[in-house]
Amino acid sequence: MASTLAEKIIAAHVGREVSPGEIVVTGVDVAALQDGTGPLALQQLEELDMLRAVNPEKTILFIDHAAPSPRKELSNAHKSLRDFAAATGAVLSEINEGVCHQRLVESFSSPGDIVIGADSHTCTSGALGAFATGMGSTDVAIGIATGKTWLKVPETMLVNVSGSFGEGVYAKDLILYLIGEIGADGATYMALEFAGPGVEAMTMSDRLTIANMAVEAGAKTGLFAADEKTAAFLEEQGRAGDFKEIAADPDADYSHTFAIDAGELVPMVSAPHTVDNTVTAAEASGRKLDQVYIGTCTNGRIEDLRVAAGILRGRQRNPSTRLIVTPGSRSVYLKAAAEGLLADFVEAGAMVTGTGCGACVGVHGGILGDGEVCLATQNRNFQGRMGNAEAFIYLSSPATAAASAIAGKIVDPREFSG
Amino acid sequence: MILKGRAWIFGDGISTDHIAPGRYFHLRTNLPELAKHVLEDANADFASEMQPGDFVVAGRNFGLGSSREHAPRIIKLAGVSAVLAQSFARIFFRNSINVGLPVLELDTSSISQGDELEVDLEAGAVRNLTSGETLSFAPLPAVMVKILDDGGLVEHFRKHGDFNL
Ligand code: SF4
Repeated sequence: MASTLAEKIIAAHVGREVSPGEIVVTGVDVAALQDGTGPLALQQLEELDMLRAVNPEKTILFIDHAAPSPRKELSNAHKSLRDFAAATGAVLSEINEGVCHQRLVESFSSPGDIVIGADSHTCTSGALGAFATGMGSTDVAIGIATGKTWLKVPETMLVNVSGSFGEGVYAKDLILYLIGEIGADGATYMALEFAGPGVEAMTMSDRLTIANMAVEAGAKTGLFAADEKTAAFLEEQGRAGDFKEIAADPDADYSHTFAIDAGELVPMVSAPHTVDNTVTAAEASGRKLDQVYIGTCTNGRIEDLRVAAGILRGRQRNPSTRLIVTPGSRSVYLKAAAEGLLADFVEAGAMVTGTGCGACVGVHGGILGDGEVCLATQNRNFQGRMGNAEAFIYLSSPATAAASAIAGKIVDPREFSG
Repeated sequence: MILKGRAWIFGDGISTDHIAPGRYFHLRTNLPELAKHVLEDANADFASEMQPGDFVVAGRNFGLGSSREHAPRIIKLAGVSAVLAQSFARIFFRNSINVGLPVLELDTSSISQGDELEVDLEAGAVRNLTSGETLSFAPLPAVMVKILDDGGLVEHFRKHGDFNL
């Protein structure tokens, strides 16, 4: 039987062919918790008297959502993660090591893996060809203690991409466009599989941005074949040995297909308060901004910072628009420092923070005031997301965000000349 | 099992940020406190005015967004007996079963704020005592019924020592 990527990876784990709708119990290769979901997972294990990790070197506890801790309750939550890591040999990713999904692709997830994480954007690792999906604390706790989880084999929607991005248009614009078209529940419990010449041409950074947001269409995971780009990326991380080629069968059975010509796309933004509320940047232009936020697991990679710094270099943010830049991981931070990008940002009037989730999740480091408007490169603009239900969040690419920070209002980066 | 209570109406696209807002992130290790803010950003009066047994009745894609299991946990902890929605985001749906919160998919459009509802989980029926109408919902997938019947995933493991689906 010809298989999609999702079916192939699950079949390899359970040792037989699988079809959509089927329930399987499967082995887990990588299991991850973060500081918002981890303490509850450990509580569940304690209740079951199963405080253990069967695969400690592939069990990772990330302190990234509230890092460094802004209050004592969270400091105590962090302690519970550190204690578990010390007791079991599980990996602890400390403050400033980076956002969990960026760290997972840098050091832990590999093509063909099944990755579960107590964070919805675990689907990011799908860019490497891993079946990676977000689950709740209890599911991941069980995965950590037993090395197993249950899955319903999803149907797959093929997103066939042709063409290449025009000037000022990026992977973020593609995924915002797709979610706008199919809706926030357009791929509910499906695997999204991205393929076609447009995908082959994409950088790993592009693929990561797209896979990251699969869950914003309701998808279980967002998958890319592992090809020479994947091999080169893993080699760069010092993990050449973790590469394995993996692709869907050419005649695989897709329940849905969607075609996108990347060359036809324009810069997009998601308007408040849903990700599928997309309009073109041109349509949203003129909206005044109190804050611009560049970073997160969606767009906090070195490629993103290069684009943003390229626009901001030698210019100034608008005096009434504050600008916060948060590199996605320590390795991104160090590269950005070596390339002089951090200085570019600070000179342009930005605050550069340490790595982590920062302002994205509304815990600390950039909470919005009542009625304030923010343009952010993250993946969600839900009401209350950045810590205030009375505020308004728009989403865009780093290029649109950087150009808009200078203008003090949303602009189409292609029409912008600081 | 028969559940009885009043309907609290919510719209489409209620996210986990509406249910368990990020600004209460520090309360995630204190669920009884967090439960006092349940659904606060969708209806500020809900947590203080709902009665134990009441139902959350919503539109499409309820629970979209983050994987925080705290969301269904605090809905349950607040005393909500079940969530009825036209559709659910899947991580939320699975988490709800894992923590023992019944989540029922049906056309909720005829239910109004304050309607008295009676839900028969076995029969798959919602009787609207206020309007007299009876609605039916699709049964849960068999694997979820097993986990829910055991009282959630932790109890399932306590009982069987492994997945027994
Ligand atoms: S950066 Fe934002 S979306 Fe990504 S893991 Fe952190 S909180 Fe979640």
